[in-house]
Amino acid sequence: MPGAEVTFTASDRKFIGLGEIMTRRFASVLIAAALVLAPASLGGQETARLSVPYTQFTLANGLDVILHEDHTVPLVAVNAWYHVGSAREKPGRTGFAHLFEHLMFEGSGHVPEGDFDNWLEAAGGDNNGSTDTDRTNYWETVPSNALELALFLESDRMGYLLGAMSPEKVNGQRDVVKNERRQSYENRPYGVAFLKLSELMFPPNHPYHWPVIGSMEDLTAASYEDVVQFFKNYYGPNNTTLVVAGDIDPVEARRLVEKWFSDVPRGAPVPPLSAPTPVLGEEKRVTLEDQVQLPQLFLGWLTPSYFHPGDEAMDVVARVLAFGKNSRLYKRLVYDLQIAQDVSASQNSGALGSMFLVTATAREGHGLSEIEKVIAEEITKLKAQPPEARELERAVNQIESAFYGALERVGGFGGKADRLNLYEFYTGRPDYFAEDLARYTSLDPLDVQSAARAHLRDDARLVLSVVPAGKKSLAVEKKP
Amino acid sequence: MSRESRAATALLLLLSVGVPAPGQTAASAPDRSKPPALGPVRPLQLPPVQKLRLSNGLPVLVVELHEVPVVQVNVVVRAGAGADPRGKPGLASITADLLDEGAGSRSALAIADELDYLGADLRTRAGWDASAVALHVPVKRFGAALPIFADVVLRPTFAVAELDRVRKDRLTELLQLRDEPSAIASVAFANALYGRDHRYGVPVIGTETAVRGFTRADLAAFHERVYQPGNSAIVVVGDVTAPAVQAQLEQAFGGWKAANPRTPAAVPAATQVRDRGIWIVDRPGSAQTEIRIGRIGPPRSTADYFPLTVMNTILGGSFTSRLMQNLREQHGYAYGARSSFDYRLSTGPFVAGAAVQTDKTGPALTEFFNELGAIRRTVTDAEVAKAKNYVALSFPSEVETTGDIASKLEEQFVHGLPDGWLDSFVASVGAVTAADVKRVAEQYVDPAKVVIALVGDRRKIEAEVRALNLGPLKVRTAAEIFGPR
Repeated sequence: MPGAEVTFTASDRKFIGLGEIMTRRFASVLIAAALVLAPASLGGQETARLSVPYTQFTLANGLDVILHEDHTVPLVAVNAWYHVGSAREKPGRTGFAHLFEHLMFEGSGHVPEGDFDNWLEAAGGDNNGSTDTDRTNYWETVPSNALELALFLESDRMGYLLGAMSPEKVNGQRDVVKNERRQSYENRPYGVAFLKLSELMFPPNHPYHWPVIGSMEDLTAASYEDVVQFFKNYYGPNNTTLVVAGDIDPVEARRLVEKWFSDVPRGAPVPPLSAPTPVLGEEKRVTLEDQVQLPQLFLGWLTPSYFHPGDEAMDVVARVLAFGKNSRLYKRLVYDLQIAQDVSASQNSGALGSMFLVTATAREGHGLSEIEKVIAEEITKLKAQPPEARELERAVNQIESAFYGALERVGGFGGKADRLNLYEFYTGRPDYFAEDLARYTSLDPLDVQSAARAHLRDDARLVLSVVPAGKKSLAVEKKP
Repeated sequence: MSRESRAATALLLLLSVGVPAPGQTAASAPDRSKPPALGPVRPLQLPPVQKLRLSNGLPVLVVELHEVPVVQVNVVVRAGAGADPRGKPGLASITADLLDEGAGSRSALAIADELDYLGADLRTRAGWDASAVALHVPVKRFGAALPIFADVVLRPTFAVAELDRVRKDRLTELLQLRDEPSAIASVAFANALYGRDHRYGVPVIGTETAVRGFTRADLAAFHERVYQPGNSAIVVVGDVTAPAVQAQLEQAFGGWKAANPRTPAAVPAATQVRDRGIWIVDRPGSAQTEIRIGRIGPPRSTADYFPLTVMNTILGGSFTSRLMQNLREQHGYAYGARSSFDYRLSTGPFVAGAAVQTDKTGPALTEFFNELGAIRRTVTDAEVAKAKNYVALSFPSEVETTGDIASKLEEQFVHGLPDGWLDSFVASVGAVTAADVKRVAEQYVDPAKVVIALVGDRRKIEAEVRALNLGPLKVRTAAEIFGPR
């Protein structure tokens, strides 16, 4: 799934609350930066230009390195993005990129099993990793005196993972990942939908067709040999960007990065991944049963890829439809009619395609046809008439605030270091903060209307009903 | 220039001066035989907590943080679900929920529209010990958001139509909890541990029966009784100066007068578990069994807070903890396993738990009890040193953002922690000894005296659970756990 936080990004080291998995992470809204406020020239308007100053260099082995200083607290964030995700998986090996991610924590050539975590915790550090369709990220947040330890550990698994790999380790993490799948999907209400969505939305020849977590069968089939080959194919420094951000001296940080990463051998060149633009050529109506009390509706459309024209307008469409009490769907379904418990909308962006989702849960005594009808009416209205100026401003102001708010943390998922890596990966420009915000501030109501018109087509969408077992009558009715 | 072509240029230049070709190891490989030594720890310099008061006596705690042009302002009231009147569990929670559903002259929709337009994030909440209204907003819009914020705290209208709407939301939320194995397990565990007569035995959001019965008068009376300046504080963290923000807050909150200040009654200390018993909630077809094991823990005010924090880090509070390593890394029974003390004004729970694959329920329980027993017998100096370092040295990441620091200040106010506790946090952890850890493990973790709650496929797990002879086993239904619908 694109921008896979919606379903399958797996944060592997810690528990994630239910909210986390269900959270629509508006990747383009969760922004981070150490802020530099440059005077703006908008006639007295109090406007700040977001900027995250950085230095960048490339090692001889191809490792792309980005450094950023922020001395707010004595912490350093080390954040590595390997430019490989589930979209690179082979048939019969779904879930492999994520299983591989787990193995990266199990020790490497000079780090005995368990000591990756032991040494970091003893230094007061935290770490985690996640996998989505496009990339796999790893981070350590450490007190600044432990920067070199983090670089040693990160470089050792980049260079020497296979020296410590064994079939036993693969078996161990296979069991853990299967339990992750059970906990996050099989044993979670409506989890069945998140296992099916990508398959229903993307055609079989598209690399977003299968879920990031993979199938139980394929997890069982994954072998030690697969691990060796995947590492050789995708885990070279030349397929990786490393961000070091926080309480650093950039000269010293560069020296340490060169010291620890220069001996990591360059990997095989990684050909760019491409895929035909996915098309949903019809309206698909599907019903699934689950162990739940209330039916839930998922409406899905294929939309422009991350940072491609239209992607930002669909973020705003999501807000106009379902953010806040005055958003159109919330106000009608939840506030006025009170027939739904919740409604959400999200543009889930990926490099090879995006998915726009509207989700709503019906209250007791209500079926999904009733809900779907209201959603269809509101989408028709938005296509017929541009949003009010205030609606658009309200959405953009919220997005702007989210940019500021997310500047506050340097490490972890969505922190500044992670964000520099995201921009580098998707746009080739680590400090893309101001440009990203400008994608939203430059929209006018007609842009939002035309995006809704172009992408929210009635004849090219998924209508997925998840109903309590034995209550198919609560699903959206079959096509007439 | 694209990243790829830039990299190619760099490579070309380096090749020309005789650096090893791609694929070969560089000549100057660093010494990887041991991890690099750590440098000296750079001390955390927290900006000072400035303690002010408004003219009505309302305390204001300010921390200036000028990195990002945002501010977090929280009004915290020292009364939460623990202050719910008898027979009305959930009243504090629904009262907090209604605060922004109409206040002053504005309707619920008008409040939401104006705050959303300002890019402000306003949340109302009630926990066990406190209720709060929290505002996070770009500083340039703080002045515009402040009057609405003050209305929400001081002048909620509690309109009947809004109450009825929120009531439906609550009832549905309570219904949906029955779908979630982890929620069923937590509620069953609290039921079993405290009994339904103790406030901690029923969730913060209450029961269906109570929620159905709440009237406008209940909410208004609760608000009048506990939302009192003598019972409250304001915490401010962000890109502001103390004098300026004090003047703004004086305007908005200086007129808040004590009507009839009364300290809410404390939640009584719970009776400790005396033996061992198991509850099973049947959930046919479950892929995993949710396990909760625990007993009554100490309140936040315990003198053992720091030794307990270090002990729990070793037992189940970190990735390298014994429970995580055993259940996940060694056996692969679960995605994760952990333990925690929930520190409240009164005696919150100690709980260990995991979601384990159904066919490993028995072995997983055995491993839980192995670890709960082992922590009382042996703790190594190396484990204590690692856990102390982890807790103390990772502390900066708990005070990084405006929201982080605000929640620490809330904790200080609600629990009456001494000034300077944040500055002495690291030293307090440092003072914990291995003997302290062993002592608190013996005192607070007693696997012979625990309640066990399991949610899973009874048909598949009951026999092997019984075979472990952990104690009397009772089967509970959702209706018994959650109360009648």
